[in-house]
Formats: sequence, C-alpha cells, structure tokens
Amino acid sequence: MKPIEIVFYVLTGITLLSAITVVTARNPIHSVLALIATFFCLSGHYILMNAQFLAAVNIIVYAGAIMVLFLFTIMFLNLRREDEESKTNLTKMAAVVVGGILMVTMLLVFRAVQLPSVSEGNFDARTGLVEQLGILLYSDYLLPFELASILLLVAMVGAVMLGKREAGDRHF
Amino acid sequence: MDLTIFIVKSIIILAVFGISLLIATYSTYVERKVAAFMQDRIGPDRAGPWGLLQPIADAGKMFFKEDFIPAQASKWLFILGPALAMLTALMSSAVIPFGDTIRFDNYEIPVQGIEINIGVLYIFGVVSLGVYGVMVGGWASNNKFSLLGAIRAASQNISYEVALGLSIIAILMMSGSLSVRAIVEQQAEAGFLGWNVFTQPLGFIIFLTCSFAECNRTPFDLPECETELVGGYHTEYSSMKLGFYLFAEYINMFVSSAFISSLYFGGYHYPFMEQISNALTNSLGSVTGHNVATAIGTVVFFGKIFFFIFFFMWVRWTVPRFRYDQLMNLGWKILIPLSVLNIIVSASGLLFNGMKYASWLIVIVATVLAVMSNSRAPKGQVSPQRS
Repeated sequence: MKPIEIVFYVLTGITLLSAITVVTARNPIHSVLALIATFFCLSGHYILMNAQFLAAVNIIVYAGAIMVLFLFTIMFLNLRREDEESKTNLTKMAAVVVGGILMVTMLLVFRAVQLPSVSEGNFDARTGLVEQLGILLYSDYLLPFELASILLLVAMVGAVMLGKREAGDRHF
Repeated sequence: MDLTIFIVKSIIILAVFGISLLIATYSTYVERKVAAFMQDRIGPDRAGPWGLLQPIADAGKMFFKEDFIPAQASKWLFILGPALAMLTALMSSAVIPFGDTIRFDNYEIPVQGIEINIGVLYIFGVVSLGVYGVMVGGWASNNKFSLLGAIRAASQNISYEVALGLSIIAILMMSGSLSVRAIVEQQAEAGFLGWNVFTQPLGFIIFLTCSFAECNRTPFDLPECETELVGGYHTEYSSMKLGFYLFAEYINMFVSSAFISSLYFGGYHYPFMEQISNALTNSLGSVTGHNVATAIGTVVFFGKIFFFIFFFMWVRWTVPRFRYDQLMNLGWKILIPLSVLNIIVSASGLLFNGMKYASWLIVIVATVLAVMSNSRAPKGQVSPQRS
C-alpha cells in the first residue's frame, strides 16, 4: 500500500468514527466537539485532493466560526441532562422515513453515476490552488458567484435587523 | 539527497519549536522586569543572577502544586481545554519565514517550518481554533463564572477576528499571494519605504489593535476579571493546567509579534540589505556569504519580534483596560467599517496607476477631522466635580 493510501484510510476511519459519535453522543457538547473533529478530517481529505484553499476555508468558516456559535448556544441553554427528551412516535416515524428516502436516493445516485477516470498524465498540480480557483470563479462562474454574494449580503442585513435594538426595547 | 533536506527541515522545525517555547518562557520574566521598570521597582532578582532563573522556578512551582479536578467537572474535557490552548498556540509559528534561505551544496532551504501557498489562511484557521481551548475549559469546569468568562473570551475573539481578517485584505491585494514569504519578499522590492507599514498605515493600526484583542492582552484583557468573574475561564484550574493557559498567552504574543513583523515590517529584510548581502557574497564566496547574510536577516527579524513583544508589555503597563461594551463597540462599529473603507480606498488606489500609498488619504482625513473637532471643543477648564 502506498503511504498516501494509508493516510487516506486512517483519515477516513477517524472521519467515520467522529461522524458516528456526533449522532450517538448523549451529551450535546460532546456531539458538537465530534462534529468539529469531523470538519477537521474533511479538511484533511481536501488537502489529500490538493485543494488547500478549500481546506483552510473549511476550517476557518465551519470549525472556526459556525461551530463556535453552535457551542455558544448549547452552552447557554445548558443542555446537560443525560436523559433525552422523549420523542413522540410520530417524530421517530418521520425520521425513519426521511433517513430511508435519503439512503435510497444515495444508492440510486451511486449506481447511476460514472466516476471519471483519473489519468496521471494530464494532472495539473495547480488545480486546487487559490489562483486557479479565483480565475475560475471570476470567469466561468461569475454570475453564480455574484448571486451568492448578494444572498450572503441579504442574510447579513437580516441578521443585523434581528439583532438591532428598537427604540423602546429593554436595555440589557 | 532527500534525506539531507529532511534532516535540515527537521532541525529548522525543532529549532522554531524550541525557540518559541524559550522566548515565551522568558517573556514571563521580561514582563515582570518591564513592569518593575515602569513602576520604578526592581522586579524578580532572587532566583539566579538578575533573577534569570525565575521562569524555571515558576515552572517548578506550577508542577508541584496540587492538580485539582472539580468533582462535577467533565474530566476529559477539563484536561482537553489547556491542551487545545497550548496546541493551537504552538501550531501557528510553522508558516512564519524566519529568514531567507540556507545554501549548501546545491540546495537552497528556506528558514521556515513549512512553505505553503496559503500561509496567511493557515494562521487565521489556527487562530480561529484558539477559541476552543478557552471555551471547552470554561464549560468543563462546571462553574458559572468560568462559563461566563469563557463566553466573554470567545465572543471577544470572534468579534476581533473579523476586523483582523479584513485589515490584511489590502495587503493581499498588493502582494497577490497568500504565502507569508511572498508577502515578505514583495515588501522588499521597493526598498525600505515599500514596507507595508508605510503603504498600509491604517491597516497596520487595525491589525495591531486586533492582535492585542486576540491575545487577550491589556487593554483588552477582559476574559480575566477578578471583580466581575472571580477569575476568568480558568477559575477552576490549578497546577500546570493553569500554567498552560497562561503560557499559551505568551506564545500567542510571540507568534503575533512575528506575524506583525513579517506582514508589515518587511520580515527579515532591513535597509541596505542588498548592498550588505552583495558585499558578503563577494568577500566570503556565494555559499558562506549567503548563509551569513541569511543569519543577519534572521537576527534582524528577531530584533523586530522582540520590539513588538516589548511593545505588548509597554502597552499593558501604560493603558487602562476597556469596559466590555466599549470593547464590542470599538470592534464592530469602528474597526470593521474602517477596515472596509481601507480596502475600498486601497483597491481604488491600486486600480489607478497602481498607487500603493492611497491608504494615507484616510489617515490624513482622519487626522484633519480629529484636529478640527479638537479645536472646536470648548477650551474652558474642566469644572470641578460637585459633591
């Protein structure tokens, strides 16, 4: 086995393990920490695929910003009770149905999809780097990129509006 | 062949690791000495000559104290907290270029842990993870005050990260690269006055302010507060676990000093470097001369780092701390809009004739406004307070 394959399998093992821990952990804080570990491992996979920029941004945005807010919320709510809130049979049924549909969809997709074969001859080592990504985003994908930025701007304005204190509000 | 490079690289990495630990250790000593100097005291002078063994004595004390874990604490997370803080603090020095290249036989090896093309993003990723050490530790203590301290620290860090990131975008536009080494090299092209501190004065001030906040240093040391929070996020910690938290702060200080020096002060470059380097190469030969020139550059870089570490301490013992709402207002309502303005002005300057010094426009306008508002202010004496 090549060293890169060993790295890949070890990394995949850790990824799956931490992803399973996210679901099975009783304590919400442990769950969030396992999710952070999962994001880390995903960044490792990005680096294996030579997408360094994506790996760094994944850590900064997901592990560094979004998960901190998750942790914040959970810590404030102090969800430390070991006993789970009992879920009704209806929610359990719905969860089973949704999960089953997702699994069927993924199975069908994996059956139908043709994975492109990798040729080492025309492999460009610079593909995943920042320059290439920037050129691609500002030439071929300019419109989707700008639309996404407008979407983010709208979300930001909305968040500011929600957080804004109105004139008569209580001053904490 | 590859083995030589590997060995030299490992030596460099180990040296960087050791030096950052050593400098952080002696920063604790220097901090007390600087404080003593500023307050007209002597400072630690009992352990060894001039108190030089004081950090070792402190470490010994820390190790021999009782290592206490609160009964209701989440044990593993309680241990994980300081470990994470220490880990993230030590990780970030890997991408900082400490010098030019070492040349031997046919190899040129950069004096740097790893040279990656996303060095700046790497540092930001590591910095954004630094929050977890504090948050995990504070939560695992199972103490309301620790939790409040942790949340304070985390919200301060994530607030100032935004302005920190925005302030260096102007630099990235000028250098066109995310690699720290490329940014350092790009500053040297235009000589001494091409350093980013001269082309980006406003960005430098914002970056400096934010790095104070990221390191939890005075005037932004609000995560620790005896009067409001009993202690801070590390109230429940004792022994070397507490030592790790405090030590991580000094490592962060070293790393941010190194980062400031390489982003804004030309890294290992110094005025008339070309001439000195050429003279050395001519007199000592291309291998020895080059290596000596590299060594001089590294020494200069460490000089810059020491200056900024001293600056951190200087500010700590001079400026009083902020109140928490003032801190948040400064971060969100002043620093972020200013850094966005800085990006826009610098970008327009670069678009028109590649004018690098456009950022001075904001500084001049801001100074004029400040002077004007000051001259309009009522000149009368401050009226004494009535009791």
